[in-house]
Amino acid sequence: MTTAIEMRAVEKKFGNVRIIQDLNLTVGKGERHAIIGPNGAGKSTTFNLISGHITPTSGEINLNGDPIAGLRPFEINRRGLSRSFQVTNVFAKMTVWENIRCAVLWATGHRYAFWKNVDSLPEVRRRTAEILEDIHLTERRDVPAGLLTYAEQRELEIGITIAGGANVIMLDEPTAGMSNTETERAVALIRRLTEGRTLVIVEHDMSVVFGLADRISVLVYGNIIASGTPEEIRGNPKVKEAYLGEEEH
Amino acid sequence: MTDVTSQAPSPAQSGPAQSLGFYAIWAVCILGVILLPLIFTSGGSHTTFSLIGIAIIFALSYNILLGQTGLLSFGHAVYYGLGGFLAVHGMNAIVAHELPVPLPFVPLIGGFAGLVFALVIGWVSTQRAGTVFAMISLGVGELVASSSLILRSFFGGEAGITTNRTDLPTIFGLSFGPQIQVYYLIAFWLVISAIGMYALTRTPLGRMCNAVRDNPERVQFIGYDPHVVRYLAFCFAGFFAGIAGALAAINFEIANAAYLGAVQSGVVLFAAFIGGVSYFFGPILGAIVVTMLQLELADITSVWQLYFGIIFIGIVMFAPGGIASLLMMHRPLLRAGTLPMVLPSYLIAIVPTLLFACGVILGIEVLGAYSQGSADSTTIRLFRIPFEAASPMTWLAAVVLTIGGFFVARMTWRGIAGAWDRAAMAARERGYLS
Ligand SMILES: Nc1ncnc2c1ncn2[C@@H]1O[C@H](COP(=O)(O)OP(=O)(O)OP(=O)(O)O)[C@@H](O)[C@H]1O
Ligand SMILES: [Mg+2]
Repeated sequence: MTTAIEMRAVEKKFGNVRIIQDLNLTVGKGERHAIIGPNGAGKSTTFNLISGHITPTSGEINLNGDPIAGLRPFEINRRGLSRSFQVTNVFAKMTVWENIRCAVLWATGHRYAFWKNVDSLPEVRRRTAEILEDIHLTERRDVPAGLLTYAEQRELEIGITIAGGANVIMLDEPTAGMSNTETERAVALIRRLTEGRTLVIVEHDMSVVFGLADRISVLVYGNIIASGTPEEIRGNPKVKEAYLGEEEH
Repeated sequence: MTDVTSQAPSPAQSGPAQSLGFYAIWAVCILGVILLPLIFTSGGSHTTFSLIGIAIIFALSYNILLGQTGLLSFGHAVYYGLGGFLAVHGMNAIVAHELPVPLPFVPLIGGFAGLVFALVIGWVSTQRAGTVFAMISLGVGELVASSSLILRSFFGGEAGITTNRTDLPTIFGLSFGPQIQVYYLIAFWLVISAIGMYALTRTPLGRMCNAVRDNPERVQFIGYDPHVVRYLAFCFAGFFAGIAGALAAINFEIANAAYLGAVQSGVVLFAAFIGGVSYFFGPILGAIVVTMLQLELADITSVWQLYFGIIFIGIVMFAPGGIASLLMMHRPLLRAGTLPMVLPSYLIAIVPTLLFACGVILGIEVLGAYSQGSADSTTIRLFRIPFEAASPMTWLAAVVLTIGGFFVARMTWRGIAGAWDRAAMAARERGYLS
């Protein structure tokens, strides 16, 4: 088994509007796969489809070879897929520490336990501290997530996504709105944290995309118009016309 | 200011000194529960303490829903009431069949009754949070309350069903006839339940309840089904509400339709909210205040519900975090040592604010006496001072106190705001406020 995610002939309609049409996408195991495309192309919708946030109107979605279309988000997450959100989506009133810890709990097997003291679970404590160290938020551990700066919230968003140790990580514009130095730090972080895992990333910053990705898929109007290595994508005339052309100044 | 208070305390992860303080607070509270009836020895105060104890368990159980999991219920009394009814039936069965179950175990009957009904009703009602949950809780509340008047053999109709707690087998030679013995029975279950409910907040489930409250959508993407989290919280809330209901049944030796009605559901919401739902101890304060108000206000004024309403609106508008948040707001100032900067402004504000309140109260009482219109009630007593409701002087006093008091008080409130800003600034400089 070498594919992590496989989408076949996936279609999604909102009412009568077909947002995703005949979408085919294959992401290999251990691959860093970037999805690019203009605003409103359906990148986030694709993420929502794969992660179970919305169900496809028709088509097949497989995770590690098993069909997952129609499963609930938590069922898909338990199968080892974790995603972040384009618009920061954290637990605003809880502290940074608690945010990460909640994301660690299911993966460490504590589920809905109401007979264990959460503060005396060494494995949970260790992993939470590790993740906080990774996302550089150890100093801010007791601050409610809602009071973090924008860049810090984006890092927390990544932290929550990777905390459960999922094998397939999907990040939706993790660096959007960050300054150059913040972006560099975030990319280094993403590179390190997804080592040995499958990564699907939506990103508008082309230097990030071409620096990070093993493969790139270009999504335009709900359809993948090209999929290949960075070189192939750079040289693809369809892509140049439909997407990269607009970006060049 | 609100930012500071929204931070829930988590003593177990702070330093050893703080966790020592944490255990000290619990110890002092438990000691208080034990000693209070020995200090206030009248039968009346023992009754009051008993009612407060029951109200605290009930309010804490409600806060598992509202404060911890973000579920606004308008029908929590259903589990309290069913716990009470099943406790009464249980007690009568124990007596009839001469079962060897002494009274202190009866609250468990109520608890399991609450739990079982929550298990059955909760699965559907916790499917969604927000308005849907609130509406279902209201509907279920109405359904159970109305069936309590229809299923007479179980609920006893208007009169309810009675029992006699002294008929049960004794334990340690306690008959539970005297109120003080009942108080200690309630106190025992109060301490157990409070510790249990606090411990629940420190478990993986308890933490996920908070996560579901804050962001049920994201919870799904870290492996949890928010429905299951809400359902489990609901079951625990039902269990502890059932214990409270059983204690009420033991205390009054009766269970009737009022136990599970909308008023009872409203009172517990009120208690939790006034006390403050974002802190564990908030509903405890709320239960104390509301029980005292219920007992005291009803004695001294005929329009006591009106005051309830005014207090509630006042809290919602000016202190949505309740009493607990008002208190906890001062914690960083206390730590930074800048609290003395605000205290004088409080002292200055207190006089005109009280005068304003007196004016409002006088106005309400005069109107109340007038509108009820019986000849002998036109003389009203306020703080033991008699007022003639029909006299223009009384009216004038009410108007002057209300309007004059308000304008002076408003100036002093601005003084408080100014003093607060300075104290908070100083605390921030010393690094105690972010
Ligand atoms: N729930 C929904 N109901 C109706 N239309 C939707 C819904 N979600 C997304 N859309 C529409 O689908 C289209 C694709 O949206 P999507 O968010 O997937 O784009 P995107 O590629 O992520 O764009 P961006 O780069 O701006 O993030 C948009 O036109 C959007 O308005
Ligand atoms: Mg998007």
